[in-house]
Amino acid sequence: MRKLKRTGIYLFLVVVAIVSIFPFLWMIISSTNLSVDVTQGRMLPGSHFIDNFNKLTDSINLLPSMWNSLKIALSTTILALLVASLAGYGFEIYRSKAKDIVFNVLLLSMMIPFAALMVPLYQMFSKLSGTVPIIGINTIAAVILPTFTTAFLIFFFRQNTKMFPRELLEAGRMDGLSELGLFFRVYMPTMKTTYSAGAIITFMSSWNNYLWPLIVLQTPEKRTIPLLVSNLGSSYSPDFGMIMTAIVISTIPTALVFFLMQKQFVAGMVGSVK
Amino acid sequence: MRNRTKHTGWLFIALAVILISIFYFYPMIQALLLSFKTGAGANLHFDGLSNYKRLFSDKTFFTAVKNTFLFLIIQVPIMIIFAMIISVLLNDSKLRFKGFFRTAIFLPCVTSLVAYSVVFKYLFGNDGLINLALMKIHLLSEPIQWISDPFWAKITIIIAITWRWTGYNMIFFLSSLQNIDHSIYEAARIDGASAVKTFFSITIPLLKPIILFTSITSTIGTLQLFDEIMNITKGGPGNATLSISQYIYNLSFKYTPDFGYAATVSYSIVIMIIVLSFLQIRLAGDDK
Repeated sequence: MRKLKRTGIYLFLVVVAIVSIFPFLWMIISSTNLSVDVTQGRMLPGSHFIDNFNKLTDSINLLPSMWNSLKIALSTTILALLVASLAGYGFEIYRSKAKDIVFNVLLLSMMIPFAALMVPLYQMFSKLSGTVPIIGINTIAAVILPTFTTAFLIFFFRQNTKMFPRELLEAGRMDGLSELGLFFRVYMPTMKTTYSAGAIITFMSSWNNYLWPLIVLQTPEKRTIPLLVSNLGSSYSPDFGMIMTAIVISTIPTALVFFLMQKQFVAGMVGSVK
Repeated sequence: MRNRTKHTGWLFIALAVILISIFYFYPMIQALLLSFKTGAGANLHFDGLSNYKRLFSDKTFFTAVKNTFLFLIIQVPIMIIFAMIISVLLNDSKLRFKGFFRTAIFLPCVTSLVAYSVVFKYLFGNDGLINLALMKIHLLSEPIQWISDPFWAKITIIIAITWRWTGYNMIFFLSSLQNIDHSIYEAARIDGASAVKTFFSITIPLLKPIILFTSITSTIGTLQLFDEIMNITKGGPGNATLSISQYIYNLSFKYTPDFGYAATVSYSIVIMIIVLSFLQIRLAGDDK
């Protein structure tokens, strides 16, 4: 009876794992096959990955899109970590009743759906296009600016700061460090795990962001990778091998970031829900 | 000294407060003002409550609300129960290959919403792999119109979202299960409680905050559903899978731009999120 239950549990988990992996596997296998093979349901790896890749780079802006996405994701991550960690630190270390109220108001922004913001934001950046073109519509800055500060990341840093040993600050003050010096010289190096977890979350969500770039980036050469993938998916006579190759390539950066830093990610998530 | 640090505290948070005000709260107020204006494109003028009147007689809007709530009522509970069961199984210290199962089930979260949507669109196409396989094993005699039939299109979206997000929610359950003191389970075993009884009278009550957290975030996520709809069905067939976010997008950027009415529709999501989150917090009890 006990053995039967064990087997049942393993069977269930194996099925769930297969279902989870399968679309992934199919996409990777398809990226090495020709379109015909994909439509016939071929489930064995082929030898056409390089052909598919060449077709992609010849017909669409694959590499420029990757570069756009990378520039956006990296700048978003750096700015987001800086602003959110300053705030999370400020809220937790210099705690006061007034700051707690401000913090709760900031948290309310998590309840605002992006759909409610997109039209006013679009209007805001359209207006800027006339006066300050470098941050107007169809610029990378317009993608980054409204997305890098999130209440979630501030909350995340504040939660993790609760575990930060405050004696380190006292020691730093004795050594004559300024308040800002304490933050950069003492807090930042101590909180490396929190920063890397925050970096993964931000990089992934920025790399995958779709709706706002779709609205704000209007010319093909400015497009990010999700916009390009979405466009490939809407064609009437799809070249499956080529599309799957594009999807595989677009997934590599986030998969890499995740697998290299999986431990910190899980640790960070634990900190954020405690 | 004390006074000095008190003021520096405000300096640390100033940048974040300013940015969130500019990019969240200011647009929210703008959207509210917009919802009282009508006109095409940039030619907007105040028109009282006309947008709100239009909202209540707008069939497309109600279809979008109905679809969104259908996804919410069916998909969110299925996903959360799934995530909870999987995480409880994976939390068993005697289970082998834990790392493999956890990574495999979390894998879908690494893909972008657009990328996985396009993959699902082809998997569930009329000549897609799913139909091909189901026909080969003689489970089907003719292909299911996954994407072009109103009923199956909804099912496809539900399957897709469940695939993408179950592993994500599982991580939250797992991390909080790991924080539960093992001695509680030891005590229950000594008292002779069965596994099912332990699950319902110990695990679920202890997981309550996480159940609340995951159901609120999933609810907010479902109410904002856009990427999958846009890339799998485009809201179709007809308006069978149209979500509220997609409708707002269409009103603003696909049809003749009607920013005023789009803002009115977007406020309906704000109100739904507030009401539903409040209800969920109340339902979860008064302990928090």
